[in-house]
Amino acid sequence: MTPKPVILNVNGRTHHVALEPHITLLRALRELGYTDVKNGCEKGDCGACAVLLDGAAVNSCLVLAWQADGADILTNAGLGTMDNPHPLQRAFADHGAVQCGYCTPGMIISAKALLDQDPDPGEGEIREALSGNLCRCTGYGQIFEAVKVAAADIRSYDARAHDVRREEGGE
Amino acid sequence: MLPEYGSLQPATLEEAIGALAGVDDVLPIAGGTNVVMAMREGEHQGKMLMDVTRLAELRGIRLENGYVVIGGGTTAAELLDSALVAEHARPLHQAAQVFANPLIRNRATVAGNIADASPAADTAPPLLALGAEIELVSATGGRRIPLDQFMVGVNQTMRRPDELIVTVRWPVPVARSAGAFHKLALRKGSACSVLSVAVMVGVDGSGRISKARIAMGAVAAKPIRAYTAEGALEGQVLAGDAIEQASRLAAEAAQPIDDVRSTASYRQRMAGVLTRRLLTEVAAELGQE
Repeated sequence: MTPKPVILNVNGRTHHVALEPHITLLRALRELGYTDVKNGCEKGDCGACAVLLDGAAVNSCLVLAWQADGADILTNAGLGTMDNPHPLQRAFADHGAVQCGYCTPGMIISAKALLDQDPDPGEGEIREALSGNLCRCTGYGQIFEAVKVAAADIRSYDARAHDVRREEGGE
Repeated sequence: MLPEYGSLQPATLEEAIGALAGVDDVLPIAGGTNVVMAMREGEHQGKMLMDVTRLAELRGIRLENGYVVIGGGTTAAELLDSALVAEHARPLHQAAQVFANPLIRNRATVAGNIADASPAADTAPPLLALGAEIELVSATGGRRIPLDQFMVGVNQTMRRPDELIVTVRWPVPVARSAGAFHKLALRKGSACSVLSVAVMVGVDGSGRISKARIAMGAVAAKPIRAYTAEGALEGQVLAGDAIEQASRLAAEAAQPIDDVRSTASYRQRMAGVLTRRLLTEVAAELGQE
């Protein structure tokens, strides 16, 4: 079996790797050090391995790494840093949405995909968007709350940015 | 022993068809929601995996000569986003809404769901109710097979190893028609069906049923149509006794089994109940009740 050359663009960094055909994107990402992508069930049930693949939230355990050749991949770690967290990451930490933390990266990726499409989702939309992500500490209430807080945070930030642009005569 | 696989990533349909020709060990893969799971269980050893997600010919949803034509590579998420599907295939649109979960919907394709031929495949009852045909292409030509013939049994279809599902199509429903789908499951999100039912009914100028299709999932070895129930509806007005009779005949057409999700007797009974509810809903939409 011959390893296949594959280019993976992860969180803005380009990796040239050689991978055997059965290696999943999940395994490849973890080998490359992106251990924020969690291996939960490895059969598409739990969502712990969710990443954005060209902007769409997917289970990386069901994508063969070579199928993602050349694609843009965003993981939870690519959204923000400890010093400068993404509003979703800050809201999850501030509102008790993290207990053991294993489901958190996948939850945040699914929430990011939702907010990219709908900046002001209702409770029903949030529940549906996160329905592929399991939390076995059963902290769903706080998770839904954190997504609402982050959504409001992003909307007010976008509104302020809009006002700044107007004051600067940009619009 | 390490699993042994090969990989191919054709850029055109012609290239893909060429790779399938004359061999029987090439396995098309798109979203991987079935294939990668099976590989993890040790299946498909020795296969040449062929990624079909980059084939433009397998994409898109369009109207063509009185048909709605969707590429086999259409994902469940794309069905959900399609105004054409929402307008001309409401049962299929409703199935997309409850298809697994958003992470799976972004990857799982219609052709994959049909080729896998699970008795519980969510897109199958709606596509059966719509009268869908499967278009297959190989190096020796193409053919279209009605979906009710295409699926043969549990995980078995008429697809030859050298054929690729290119499109799925169904006739644009007549002006006065309505349809609906319901999946009964053990929870709201990310669930496999206990059973599912889809109905599609068209009426003529006098308000009598010109065409009725009733299809059910997870009540037999493959998704099935309730032909006797459909026949009993034709020429009738969709109301009271006609709905009761069709529901009873649909329940009789079900041949369910006991499994981890439910029992045969519950499924048999609910096949009739869901058919009655859906026909009643459709009758209201057609202004018949």
